[in-house]
Amino acid sequence: MTALGSYLHRHPRLRLAGLLSAPLLWLVVAYLGALAVLLVSAFWTVNGFTGETVREFSLANFRTILTEEVYRAVTLRSIGVAAAVTAICVVVAVPMAFFMAKVASARSRHWLVIAILTPLWASYLVKAYAWRILFANGGPVDTLLGGPGRGPGYGLFATVVVLSYLWLPYMILPIYAGLERLPDSLLEASADLGARAGRTFRAIVLPILVPAVFAGSIFTFSLSLGDYITVQIVGGKTQLLGNVVYANIGAANNLPFAAAIATIPVLVMVIYLVAVRRSGALEQL
Amino acid sequence: MTLSPAARWSLRIAMGLGLVFIYVPLLLVLVNSFNGDRTFAWPPDDLTTRWWAAAWANEGARQALLTSVKAGLGATAIALVLGTMVSFAVQRFAFFGRDTVSLLIILPIALPGIVTGIALDSAWRSVMGDLGIGKGMFSVIVGHATFCVVIVYNNVLARLRRTGTSLEDASADLGASPWQTFRFITFPMIRTALLAGGLLAFALSFDEIIVTTFTAGPGVTTLPIWIFNNLFRPNQAPIVNVVAAVLIVLSVIPVWLAQRLAGPEAGASRT
Repeated sequence: MTALGSYLHRHPRLRLAGLLSAPLLWLVVAYLGALAVLLVSAFWTVNGFTGETVREFSLANFRTILTEEVYRAVTLRSIGVAAAVTAICVVVAVPMAFFMAKVASARSRHWLVIAILTPLWASYLVKAYAWRILFANGGPVDTLLGGPGRGPGYGLFATVVVLSYLWLPYMILPIYAGLERLPDSLLEASADLGARAGRTFRAIVLPILVPAVFAGSIFTFSLSLGDYITVQIVGGKTQLLGNVVYANIGAANNLPFAAAIATIPVLVMVIYLVAVRRSGALEQL
Repeated sequence: MTLSPAARWSLRIAMGLGLVFIYVPLLLVLVNSFNGDRTFAWPPDDLTTRWWAAAWANEGARQALLTSVKAGLGATAIALVLGTMVSFAVQRFAFFGRDTVSLLIILPIALPGIVTGIALDSAWRSVMGDLGIGKGMFSVIVGHATFCVVIVYNNVLARLRRTGTSLEDASADLGASPWQTFRFITFPMIRTALLAGGLLAFALSFDEIIVTTFTAGPGVTTLPIWIFNNLFRPNQAPIVNVVAAVLIVLSVIPVWLAQRLAGPEAGASRT
């Protein structure tokens, strides 16, 4: 044991290799390998009669996605939902995070962080379920708006509200973390040098805020784009990319087509990640 | 920045409204678990504890709970080992491709869950299926471990950044063997970060449904899957509600413990 330890101590490269090999093997084989298989199977097809997968290269799936109106509509709707959810989360999260980081006392700040963190650990499903009750016909939202059927009910609106609710903490936390790193002395210095609140905000707060918001948006955007559970629970008949993928795996048993559709959110996310990388968002994760 | 009193008050009100928005739905579930009416008539006029008794007696829910605990423990164990290894490699060494490694770790939670899910599903079908290994508890643990690694990684990495290497250097200078240094210096330094990371990884696995749906074999029903299967059955609604209420109450534990163990930085690293 000791001999091996000293040998490794003298050979840092070997130590590094030892540390990295198992995790990388896992991630590359179990994860990247799986993603690769997914990508490849998107080019396969399913025999309409036998239901068996035909492992031959074909662009049929992508042709269907690009030419059929319904898939274009579903894609645009999903991106729209993800964008709306992200926008709502930003609007709600920025004042909350700002209050936590710069207005609240150190003591209450600690409790506020816990208050934001705790619901993150409550089950995703439980939270979506809570909103199913809230939006139910004759449920609390209806009652508040004056009786059964008066509220929005299940549908696209409910989906956007619930997804915003679910991912809000993911937006608050990076913004809070960013603002907390910003020393108060900088803000005071800016004020001492004669800058008004608006100028200080633009010159000092905004450069911190923007990458933090982008970091949060990676989560809100990605999580909304891939969701298919919430939309089943409160979305009524609404179809998003996630549903279509799920339906093709389950009922239709067409894994290649599901894989082809699943490449859409991956593509959108990769474009999004590359776009926000320049803002320094990835270092804020 | 000197904020005007009006600005302070509007921020305070925004914070309050935000907290109301976050907590009202959860409180509703808690109250409804005592609502005597099967369809959750609102406001509740008959309070009862009979749904709690019924849920406790429900065999399916108990089995699902057990399955979830098993899957969570398995995934957490793997994530602890792999996550710690990567965090040491990334924090203590400078090497070519380090940024790629840290990106690769984040990828399983940065990509939509459904993509991770069907990737694992199709890989399992076309590779492991050919090897004769069907989907079951093992595939669920593999799926969960893949995205739990990042939780442990984040916690340990934060700890390593904060502590630095001076204590370890001192230990080596004083003649301790690398094993002794690890046993008496490094491990005690990261122990609470490991506990916090493991706890959070377990909680994440416990709650996961999307990847689970695609990786679980026919006989494997975790608690979230059980809830989802019973969500649309009006008969089961009160029992589902009690299970939901229990999960809300339980969710306080990991946050509280993580805060105790590792300070505020730990809880935030679910991201």
